Amino acid sequence: MKDFKIITVDQVGIGDRVSRITKRSVKNEAKIHGLRMALNMIDLTTLEGADTINKVKQLCYKGMHLHDAYPDLPTVAAICVYPNFVGLAKEQLKGSGINVASVATAFPSGNSSLEVKITDTKMAIDAGADEVDMVISRGKFHQGEYNYVFDEIAKIKETCGKNVRLKTILETGELGSLDNIRRASDIAMHAGSDFIKTSTGKISPAATLPVTLVMLEAIKDYYYETGIQIGMKPAGGISNSKLALQYLMLVKETLGDKWLTNQWFRFGASSLANDLLMQLEKQRSGNYQSKDYFSKD
Amino acid sequence: MSKKETKLNLKSNWDLAPSLESTSHVKLKNKYDLFIGGKWVKPSSGKYFDTINPATEEKLASIANGNKKDVDLAVKAARKAYDTTWSKLSGKERGKYIFRIARIMQEKAKELAVVETLDGGKPIRESRDIDIPLAANHFFYYAGWADKLDYAFPNRNPKSLGVAGQITPWNFPLLMAAWKIAPALACGNTVVLKPAETTSLTTLLLAEIIEEAGLPAGVVNIVTGAGDTGAEIVNHSGIDKIAFTGSTGVGKIIQNAIAGTDKKITLELGGKAANIVFEDAPLDQAVEGIVNGIFFNQGHVCCAGSRLLVQESVYDIVLRKLKDRMESLIVGNPIDKNTDIGAINSKSQLDTINHYIKLGKEEGAEIYQPEGKLDKKGYWCKPTLFTGVAQSNRIVQEEIFGPVLAIQTFRTIEEAITKANNTPYGLSAGVWTDKGSKIFNMTSQLRAGIVWANTFNKFDPTSPFGGYKESGFGREGGLHGLEAYLSFEN
Amino acid sequence: MSRIEVLKTYKMYIGGKFPRTESGRYYSLKNTKGEEIANMCTGSRKDFRNAVVEARKAFELWSNRTAYNRSQILYRIAEMLEGRKAQFIDELMQIGSTKKQAENEVFTSIDRLIYYAGWADKYQQISSSVNPVSGPYFNFTIQEPTGVVAVIAPEENGLIGLVSTIAPIIVSGNSCIVLASESKALCSVSFAEVVNSSDVPGGVINILTGNAEELIPHFSTHKDVNSMLYCGNDKKATQLIKENSTTNLKRIVVKKDIDWMKNENESPYFITKFTEVKTTWHPIEKIGASGSGY
Repeated sequence: MKDFKIITVDQVGIGDRVSRITKRSVKNEAKIHGLRMALNMIDLTTLEGADTINKVKQLCYKGMHLHDAYPDLPTVAAICVYPNFVGLAKEQLKGSGINVASVATAFPSGNSSLEVKITDTKMAIDAGADEVDMVISRGKFHQGEYNYVFDEIAKIKETCGKNVRLKTILETGELGSLDNIRRASDIAMHAGSDFIKTSTGKISPAATLPVTLVMLEAIKDYYYETGIQIGMKPAGGISNSKLALQYLMLVKETLGDKWLTNQWFRFGASSLANDLLMQLEKQRSGNYQSKDYFSKD
Repeated sequence: MSKKETKLNLKSNWDLAPSLESTSHVKLKNKYDLFIGGKWVKPSSGKYFDTINPATEEKLASIANGNKKDVDLAVKAARKAYDTTWSKLSGKERGKYIFRIARIMQEKAKELAVVETLDGGKPIRESRDIDIPLAANHFFYYAGWADKLDYAFPNRNPKSLGVAGQITPWNFPLLMAAWKIAPALACGNTVVLKPAETTSLTTLLLAEIIEEAGLPAGVVNIVTGAGDTGAEIVNHSGIDKIAFTGSTGVGKIIQNAIAGTDKKITLELGGKAANIVFEDAPLDQAVEGIVNGIFFNQGHVCCAGSRLLVQESVYDIVLRKLKDRMESLIVGNPIDKNTDIGAINSKSQLDTINHYIKLGKEEGAEIYQPEGKLDKKGYWCKPTLFTGVAQSNRIVQEEIFGPVLAIQTFRTIEEAITKANNTPYGLSAGVWTDKGSKIFNMTSQLRAGIVWANTFNKFDPTSPFGGYKESGFGREGGLHGLEAYLSFEN
Repeated sequence: MSRIEVLKTYKMYIGGKFPRTESGRYYSLKNTKGEEIANMCTGSRKDFRNAVVEARKAFELWSNRTAYNRSQILYRIAEMLEGRKAQFIDELMQIGSTKKQAENEVFTSIDRLIYYAGWADKYQQISSSVNPVSGPYFNFTIQEPTGVVAVIAPEENGLIGLVSTIAPIIVSGNSCIVLASESKALCSVSFAEVVNSSDVPGGVINILTGNAEELIPHFSTHKDVNSMLYCGNDKKATQLIKENSTTNLKRIVVKKDIDWMKNENESPYFITKFTEVKTTWHPIEKIGASGSGY
């Protein structure tokens, strides 16, 4: 494994940069463009113990028909479910162009053997998953066993093969510092992840702007170093349009146009879509909207 | 692994639409008179000059041109106010007046920010988030000192000086007026202040606020005009103290002019700060600090980090990150909320900056500016880097006062310290490293009045500001800032 | 037969050495009866220039010593002076002091050295501050020595004038070049000998003798001198010094009408007149504090 130079991050400095970006004012056509982009970048997600066949079906329908009252809306990027619902989702989404993403590797804790994690991953892939969202072993990370973490990611990527994209969840809320988030990002990218992702959604804090900025900077450095483009997925806690646009502004100013597509940037979210839709309707009609007019699935 | 083409497209297709701050609530007068003895009086010469918006070159208002006679009136008004009211008030009562000023400034913050931006060219983001809140905070901070001076200087029996003559610069018009007026009043002095001629408006609005706050007539007097008006203040025999912020050249002239008198003086002058980046620094935050250090307020900042010193091992990466960051800087209409770099304050300052850019090129330095178009009207300068410069380049030695950064490299701590201190100035310095002991080594070796470690261009009313060597003497801000407006028994 | 006395040669003190003036000039110092008692060096522009070079070198070393060390060295000067007090009393009497006055001046000088020795590791504690800025930054303000300080010592006093000006200047880490009282220069050279045997690094204290009017223009225009103390009442000289200070914005301190024998003229605020105020900022990470995260 590569000998990772520790790249340090100053939290206050990150905060300064984030606050510069969040003060960007996104209005009118720029706002509409941003809202549409954000919709198209959503991994519409349900990851509950209580998930059922009908819940997943409804979610898939929503992903394809976000708000039929509004013409020419994009769809979401993917539907994200547990491995046992992958087959169902795949079938529901047939022909829609929407991917199926599955969490795997003993999600959300990641506390299991490598064998089980590989089996879990295989199960999702065999059922037709286009993307796998794995979790890293945070315990091993805290024990300083970076090679273990690296090797595990590399093995899962090997299981995924070329065609299934691997999104590696760092569970940043458990890593304890921005320095660690940077280090985990570097490990995940070097080990072969296609995406790095902040959170499972099960731990608070989930995605934040400072954490995302740290990860975007890591992606940028890796890109310059290797020429390999890595995607970014903040997940959890992004539920309104203003925040989503701020995330996109981070991407715009850190990585630029190449990343402003759902090939390279995703939001892991469940309730964000409706807020984006409300804002789009507001832009179109000029009236502030009520949640009662948008379907909740 | 073969390296692929790596180029980021940071000039995104997703352009931000114009987002202009509303100016409808701002009601400027056509003509501003002098504020003397609590009244608005016409200049004795009857003459006015125009103040323009440097982003559009359009006239904003006429400003009275004060002369010797006006200054004399103002000093007499200030003396009268000092003798009859202000010096007789208890500290507590003085403080309450100053608190009032702070509060009204907060209430009118939006208006002040918009006018500051229209008159001076700085981005509304900065006047809204930095200049105006800090200015109000200064009044708030010093108001609280007015009745506590004995605690600041125990056993020294602090006494006010009398009439303070104050001359402020055009780069932070309202903030510098606050830096000067607030401690002067808190210490029991009265004031005659002259703002810079290109940016008088917010100081005049401050005079209106002071009027509204009900301060006794003559405690604060504003005499607008150019350098010759300032000279009348400096040379007036009724002035007990001079406080000047501006160029080192003018500061020396002032010091010379009052050499034969007992006037107290504080000078806050130029700078050519080194911003030093070590290889173990948090580099992305360092880059943000570099950008904030030199492009804040178009580089019209005396403590700007105008010399970047980068350790050679990370030079390439820092330069690349810096250039990337500069791609996303928006140069343009200062009143647009998304603007990062506004208009250069005046035609003459633009000429000075362009002169140095030309000089840099002639000296053989390599120039870098991001792509993009500038408006035809107004005074603009792109953020500019010079690489391949030596310590002996004039763009490394002289204060440019614009968005122009000269980048040098170093190998060792010793070399960094030597280069950083190798200047007649000593206002500020920056150092970026993750190692605590190295920070303290650097901060103790750097001969500068303000050292920002792992940050840059931060200001606060509680934090003393001022320079070593030819950057001036005396401090503004904090407890130390009180000392400039008091006399002591020992 | 009475013994022939060995007369003392009065030289100057530059960089820890005792050179004669490079100019070869001298002036006669007379006692109260008008008898010549010594040939003093008339220090020149070049002597001053040499002294500044030494002072600059010494500043780097001296200002990096610990405050405790500087304190002990000032105390050491006092100890040495105490040991040689008889000589100083004698010298002061030669130039016109009564025995009582001379004793008083020497004892006050010794005590003053001890007074300032005690401040070395304390003056910062009453003049520095930690500033509660409204943001996540640790911000503190400390004093640092200004650098090389040129001093025109008071003409009226011999020893006490020297001690009262040198001690507060060097205690913070400055180095100095002092022009001793022209008419009362006798003990200035003896004081240099005390300094030289007191662990004070060479160049921290440089003592010249000569004529103030001649040297003031050079003291005040030298660009490697950071600060200047003028003790005297001459208005024209004061104005000239202030005007000349603009060559490099020297910090000018003027002390007029001071009775240096009085305790009220010793003060920590005299120390801080020869210091610069430095403020340092550093971010404070907010992780783990209540209600904060990343």
